[in-house]
Order: sequence, then C-alpha cells, then structure tokens
Amino acid sequence: MKSIEEIMAIRDKMKAQISNRDNADDSTETRIVVGLATCGIAAGAVPVFNAFVEEVQKRNLENVRVVRSGCLGMCKLEPMVEVFVPGEEKVTYVYITPDKVKKIMDDHIEKGKVCSEFLIQEA
Amino acid sequence: MRELSLHFLDIITNSIKADAKNIRFYIIVKDNVLNMEIIDDGKGMSEEFLEKVVDPFKTTRTTRNIGMGIPLLKQAAEAAGGKFKIESTLGKGTTVKASFILKHIDRAPLGNLADALIPVISENFDFFMHYEVDGEIFIFDTKEIKKMLDGVPIDSQEILAYLNGYLADNIKNINGGKIL
Ligand SMILES: Nc1ncnc2c1ncn2[C@@H]1O[C@H](COP(=O)(O)OP(=O)(O)OP(=O)(O)O)[C@@H](O)[C@H]1O
Ligand SMILES: [Mg+2]
Repeated sequence: MKSIEEIMAIRDKMKAQISNRDNADDSTETRIVVGLATCGIAAGAVPVFNAFVEEVQKRNLENVRVVRSGCLGMCKLEPMVEVFVPGEEKVTYVYITPDKVKKIMDDHIEKGKVCSEFLIQEA
Repeated sequence: MRELSLHFLDIITNSIKADAKNIRFYIIVKDNVLNMEIIDDGKGMSEEFLEKVVDPFKTTRTTRNIGMGIPLLKQAAEAAGGKFKIESTLGKGTTVKASFILKHIDRAPLGNLADALIPVISENFDFFMHYEVDGEIFIFDTKEIKKMLDGVPIDSQEILAYLNGYLADNIKNINGGKIL
C-alpha cells in the first residue's frame, strides 16, 4: 500500500527540477481547464480531469497545469475542456471523454495541433 | 448523478466557490448507514436564501435560476431512505449532512472517491477528510501533506497523480472488502 512518506521522494525530485528551470512563470504555462460544476460532474468530467492529470504527469510536462473551473456555460455540451496555450487563442473542446484525452495531449498539448473533431460543430 | 462520490464533490465545490479556507469532509459507515458531512468556513448563506437553495422550484419565475447541486443530493439521500440537512450562517460557514441506508435498493454506489477528491486538492485552501468504515479510520489532511511538501505545490500534477493512488489504496484498505 502507498504510504504518504513516498511523497517526500517526489518532493525532492521536484525541488531539483524547479531549481533547474529558469524562472518559469504563469505567462509560459499551458492551462487545461475542466468544467466541474454540477453539469460537468454529472456528464463525466471527473474521469476526464484525472486522465489529464495522469497524462501530464506521465509525459513529465512541467509547464502544463490541469485546473478545475465552474460551469463553462453550455451544460448540454459537457464535459467541456478549455485549453489555454500562451500566445494563442483559447480552444474549447466539447463532449470530452477519457479516451479523447490522449489525442488532445498528443496533438494539441505536445504538437500544437488543435483537435478540430472535438470542437463545437456548426449546426 | 451515478455515484455518491460525485454528489459529494459537487457539494465540496460549493464550499470552494464560497471562498472556504478549510473544508472538512466526513464519511462514516456504520450499522447499515452511510453518513456524510461537509463543513466549511466559507461565506455562508442567509436563512431566506437557504430555503430557496434547497427547494429551487418554490421560488418565483423572476428569480435567477438557482443551481441543482444541493437539491440533487437531497433527492439522492431521501431516495435511499436517508436524511438531508443543511445549516448555514452568513459570514461563518455552512454544514451539509446527508445519510443513506446502505442496503437500500435506490442508493447509488459510493463509486470512485479518490478520483472525485483530486480536483479539490489545492494550494489555496485546506481539505480534511475523515473516512470511517465499521470503526476503521483513515484521515487525509492537506495541511499535514503541505508541511511535508515543504513549498512544492500540492496541486502540481506529479503530486496529484500520486495522491490519487494513495487515496484509492487507503480507502480500499478501510473498506476491507466491502463494496460501498
Ligand atoms: N457551502 C456554501 N456556502 C455558501 N453558499 C453556498 C454553499 N453551497 C451552496 N451555496 C449557495 O447556494 C447556491 C446553490 O447551490 P447548488 O449547489 O444547488 O447550485 P450551484 O452551485 O449554484 O450550481 P450547480 O448546479 O452548478 O451546482 C450556490 O450558487 C451558492 O450561492
Ligand atoms: Mg453547486
């Protein structure tokens, strides 16, 4: 069973990384925002949130943060995810499931290519 | 909502929205009942507002659309033969209590509690959980973990990914084979 002492080892590894990095700040940070109001939670946003956390951690991406937010305004399209890449326009993905997370990570977060199939489709 | 864990997360996010600095979360399973309680020190609600929150359809059409999180939890508890209670004091904080009869046919499963709690772990406030099943207790306290982390943010992805496994392991251990 995992004991909380293991967290010390992760801490020490991270401290080394942080001091190696030259003053990374919020303006260089990519943010993945998952809508976690009632509508998002009911539609399955929790596994989506954790899939992003896991993928970011696995890929060792230091300048990417996964954060929760309230209702993103269109409850019918949940789970919704907003991606903010510094210097680029916000991208909003709709109906996201854990298996779509890997593609967003591969194409958008790692290669900068927006996954157009997950955008809001024009009627 | 398919899982009780998701209801609980939803209620905890209300506390976050109310600028709580300390959120305490209790789950106690004993004698065929699951009791849960969420206590926050956020901005609280007036008595009049509280009434509308619990029963949004009582309000007139002209008022703004009040959310569904609290009514859904109330409904889930009552459907499972349990009780629901919310108390709040403006400027002091809010307490939400709900109980569920474990073996009730209409009780939703607890589901993946570790997954549900990861989004509420933050540098900005503290989260305490007391998780108890048949007298076995697991305590999770971000205040303590932050001390151990010594400045490394608790909401960094490496830490969150680790804590998910840590929570899952410990919750499973306390459950002792019981499927909640
Ligand atoms: N812990 C709390 N402290 C202070 N105010 C609260 C708290 N919980 C709920 N409220 C108030 O009650 C309202 C209704 O809560 P509820 O969870 O039912 O819906 P909501 O959060 O507004 O929307 P959603 O449907 O996304 O949950 C909130 O908007 C907030 O004003
Ligand atoms: Mg709510």
